[in-house]
Parts: sequence; structure tokens; C-alpha cells
Amino acid sequence: MASSILPSAPSESRPGRFGIYGGRYVPETLMAALSELEHEYDAAKADVTFQSELAALLKDYAGRPTPLYYARRLSEELGGAKIYLKREDLLHTGAHKINNALGQALLAKRMGKKRVIAETGAGQHGVATATVCALLGLECVVYMGEVDMARQELNVLRMRLLGAEVRSVTSGSRTLKDAISEAMRDWVTNVRTTYYLLGSALGAHPYPTMVRDFHRCISREMKEQILEKEGRLPTAVVACVGGGSNAIGAFYEFIPDRTVRLIGVEAGGRGTALGEHASRFRGGAPGVLQGTFSYVLQDEDGQIASTHSVSAGLDYASIGPEHAALHDSGRAEYVSQDDTATLNALVKLARTEGILPALESAHAVAEALRIAPGMAAHDILVVNLSGRGDKDMGILARELKL
Amino acid sequence: MAIKFKHKTGLVVYLTAGDPSLTATRDIALAAIDAGADVIELGVPFSDPLADGPIIQRASERALARGTRLKDVIQLAREIREERPEAGLVIFSYFNPILRYGLSHFVDEAASAGVDGVLITDMIVEEAQTYLTEMKRVGLQPIFLAAPTSSDERLEAIAEHSAGFVYAISRTGITGKQQSLTEDAAALVARIRRWTRLPVAVGFGISTAEHVAQVGEFADAAVIGSTIVELIERSTPEDSPGAVARFIKGLQLQPAALAR
Repeated sequence: MASSILPSAPSESRPGRFGIYGGRYVPETLMAALSELEHEYDAAKADVTFQSELAALLKDYAGRPTPLYYARRLSEELGGAKIYLKREDLLHTGAHKINNALGQALLAKRMGKKRVIAETGAGQHGVATATVCALLGLECVVYMGEVDMARQELNVLRMRLLGAEVRSVTSGSRTLKDAISEAMRDWVTNVRTTYYLLGSALGAHPYPTMVRDFHRCISREMKEQILEKEGRLPTAVVACVGGGSNAIGAFYEFIPDRTVRLIGVEAGGRGTALGEHASRFRGGAPGVLQGTFSYVLQDEDGQIASTHSVSAGLDYASIGPEHAALHDSGRAEYVSQDDTATLNALVKLARTEGILPALESAHAVAEALRIAPGMAAHDILVVNLSGRGDKDMGILARELKL
Repeated sequence: MAIKFKHKTGLVVYLTAGDPSLTATRDIALAAIDAGADVIELGVPFSDPLADGPIIQRASERALARGTRLKDVIQLAREIREERPEAGLVIFSYFNPILRYGLSHFVDEAASAGVDGVLITDMIVEEAQTYLTEMKRVGLQPIFLAAPTSSDERLEAIAEHSAGFVYAISRTGITGKQQSLTEDAAALVARIRRWTRLPVAVGFGISTAEHVAQVGEFADAAVIGSTIVELIERSTPEDSPGAVARFIKGLQLQPAALAR
């Protein structure tokens, strides 16, 4: 097993390591930029002006805090736990991605970088990045796999309308993984002038830590809101996991609360064979992809496997390194829901609550539908509804024959 | 074995192993050595080569489509070593295939095959502790990349942990051809020399005899990758060894007056 030979382990105390996972596995050319980013981020964290500017934008521009909504009809119909929905889907641009995009774009501005690049899968991070670049007057280039551009066309059009250039990526599987590689190639070439606004809790240090910090507000608000509404902590928090940014944001403040179950939902796709899903904890092994050491779907030669999910945002061969550590320690549980269960859950939520979730978020809803009926009436389930489903209407029209 | 540069401007030739086939790569490597290559870098094809430009990306895809595996690349190195005992042999890879193979297993096999050195594209010195221990155990030479963006502090660490030679990246960017060399390369080599007496090879974008001559003015060797990989792409497997040999002879490498 790869994990037994790497690394010699005392690295756990080093920044950027989560247990044995994380680290920096990048071409040397990027090391100066990563160090600069790390220092600037540390300085920004301690900078009151930066923090208040970010807080004001999150409140007045993005729409925080987001509501914690009690899904009464859904809960009653399922007849078990009370289900609450954390409404990240109500944020400006339609997903949690704006939290991180605002934080990092302010950092780019602070660093004097005029050009911003990003990768996107479902297009939500691309739209969020294009939006904040428009807001702050920054040049924006978004890399997106050709397959994802076709299935999330509305978001491509939104990015273009916002003034971003969307570059089609035609290498490899033409999805999120390849978009990240292409963004990294751009960054390594234009590293002196360009800020890479990575959209998930992935990649080389400091990205996994920084992206998580920008999404911590999700669990901070959840905790306050549930204590206010119910006077106690939830039984479980459920979130979908692609790279893992919404999930780590939803889990983080609950990690010390050992009674709260943390449940990450991976994409089960359309089968259990390698290539048919994106369940890293079911078919993956520890490995290095795109700058970080984590669980990776790969073949016996260490070549990265292709993945499948009905949702572009979960369709990725690796997972954020902090999730790998939470998995190994047992603090969080990771399950998967397949395409069919996800589509059914999406319809169920739409028709009981009048809320159309993104296909990504519908994976978390599907898990809630599975476990809620077996829980007691006093149990509380909080589902992080990371995004809204408007972008998925093309896929839904086909899949559901609307 | 130790890596030696026998020319005034030494030549390192990068080949994607298994493109167009393992047999062809062996024949091309032997022809390249006979034409004047001091060191052959055998590139292990990887599914997600994020430091490589389109030419080497395509070569990797072709090699993987033919089923090239790390163990095949090690076997290829063994065959080249048997045929040409004097040539320098380096395995050039992304980390994950080696990690999956098993780091200890890999270094044992590579050393027994007669490989001299290893270069891992996405391995930086800070993450290299276990890797360096394993390399040292079997006497393999670790080669690290140095970039124009590397701080002096980093160059010192890179120089300290490298053996065989230091690989200086001529410019920020990915592998691929370019029209002219930037001033970055000479400045970087001068900075590296403050920390080491190891030979310094300059790579990324070296495509012509003029580039090699220019590099020779400030460095010990030039690395040619994409240009040769593209030449192979455009030739039939039978013609490739001859085409690569002619290209190398056209570089007009001069014997070194004195060994460095």
C-alpha cells in the first residue's frame, strides 16, 4: 500500500499536512508563488482591514448569513429525523463557491496581481470567479473541460457575459481534472503576473487550508442557527464531496463536537467499476495528484482513472487532503449515492419543498432521504445545500424527460 | 555509475519511453548515444502530465495507449545499459507511478538495472526526505529542478541534495519548443553555481544548434526533449533512430577539452 511508504511521517506537525496527507508536490517553478501566497494569506488573516472588507462583501454582496431552513414537509413525509437545509444555494451566483472566490480575489488584489485564472467543473466556481473579477476589475481566464462545457452550457454563457474568457480543455477526460492541469500549466508559465484562484480544498499547500478557511463560515453559521432554533447540536451534518470545499466548510466547526456525525457523500455514478464513479474512498488509494497527497482513483500503475458522475462538480479522481485525514481517523464517514438516487432525491426535494438543488448537492439530499427515516424524531439532520439546480436544467430535461 | 559529460556542451536527450514502442525507444536511445548524447532521460508516461506541453502530452498518451508501464521503462533502461555501459541514464517521472510501484522497490530495481539518476518532476526538496534516503541507500543520483523563480535559499537546498547534475529550467513554463532563449537561463545558472560545483544542464525550450551553442556559453549541458519527441512523432518507427541521430550530429557537439 502506498500509504505505508510515504512520507516518513513526522511531517504531521508541518503546515499544510493533515495527518499524512496534503503537502506540496508541484514543479519547482511554482514554489516561489506558493510561498508568497502562504505569506500573504497569513498576513491577510491577521489584517483587520482585509477581514472587514471580506465580511462586508460576504454580507451585502453575496448574501450571508444564509438561512437554515427547517424542511417540514420533507421531514414529515420521511417520518424520522428533522431535516434542516443550509441554504448556500441562495447565495449570489447560486452556490457556496462565492465565499472562497471573494476571499481569494481580495487576496489577489492585495498581492497586486491583475490576472486571475481558475478551473471549473460544474461551472459554479468559474461563474463565482468571473463575478468577483468583474467586481474587482481583474482579468479572468477560466479553464473548463470540453465535456463539462457541453453539459453546463448555461454557466459557460454566464461566465462570458461577465467578461471572462472560457478556455476549452480537450486533453485527457476533458473534465475537472484536466481543467486543473491546464490551469496549472498556465500558472507555471505566467506565474509572475497571475493569481491562480483554485476552487476547491485541493492542490498544494496553502490552498486546502485557505479554501477551507474561506468556507468555515458555513459551519459557524449552522452551529449558531441550530443552537438558536433547537437549543442543541445536530445529530449529523451531511454534505456532498467532490474536491470537498462545501463539505469541509460544513464540517469544520463541528469537528471538536464528537457527538455530531459528519457524513460526506461521494458520487456513486452509474456503477462500481473503476471509471464508472467518483467514490475515492471506495475505489481509490493514497497517491499524489495535482499537488497534494490524498486518496486517488488510479489503476495498478498509478495512472489516474477516469471518473463518471451525472454531476460535473463531483466528477473528480481525487479529494481534498483534509477529508482523507478525517476519513482515516474515523471522525467523518464517507458514503456514496449514485446517479439514479440523486435524480430521485432532486425531484423529491423540488416537489415537497419547492427547492431545486444542484445535482452535486442532490447527492447529499439522497443520503438524507436514506438515513432520516431510520432516525428518531428528536434527531436533527443538517444538509448542506451547496448550490441551486438552475444550471442543470439541460441535463434534467434529458434525464427526467421533462 | 556516475554521470559524465563528454562534450564541451554536454547533451541530455529526453525520450518518452514507449513512444512509439519500447523497442523503438531502445533503438532511438542507442542511436542518440552513438550520435553524441551524453545522458538519456527515459520519461515515464503519466496520465496527467501537468508540467508538460502538448508535444510530450501527446507522446505520453500514445505510450500509455500501448500499455507502457513503469516496470517496462526499468527493463528498457536495463537493455540500454547492457548495450552502452558508458552512457548516463536517468529515469524522469511524475511521482505517482513511482509511489504506486513502491518507492523502495523502484529504487532497488532502477539501481539494479544500471540507472544512474532519477528526476521526479513534482518532487520538491522539502518533500523529499524519504525519497532521498531511499536513493542514497542504493546509490542512485537524485536530480532536482531549479527554476528562474527559485529563491537563493531554495537553490542552496536544491544544490545540496542534487547529484549527477542540476537541471536548470530555462524559463517559467511547461516543456515545449521556443524561438529564443530568455535571459532567465544564464542568470539562473550563475546563481546555481554559487552553491555547487556539479554540472548544470539547461532544459525546457532548447530546440536548435544555436540554442545549444548559446547554452554552452554559460552551462555544462543542454537538455533537448520536445523537439526530439516531435521528430519521432513525425517519423516512422523505422526512420526515427536515423532521424534523431542526424539531428544530434547537426548540433556539432565538440569533445570536452578537460573533464570538469
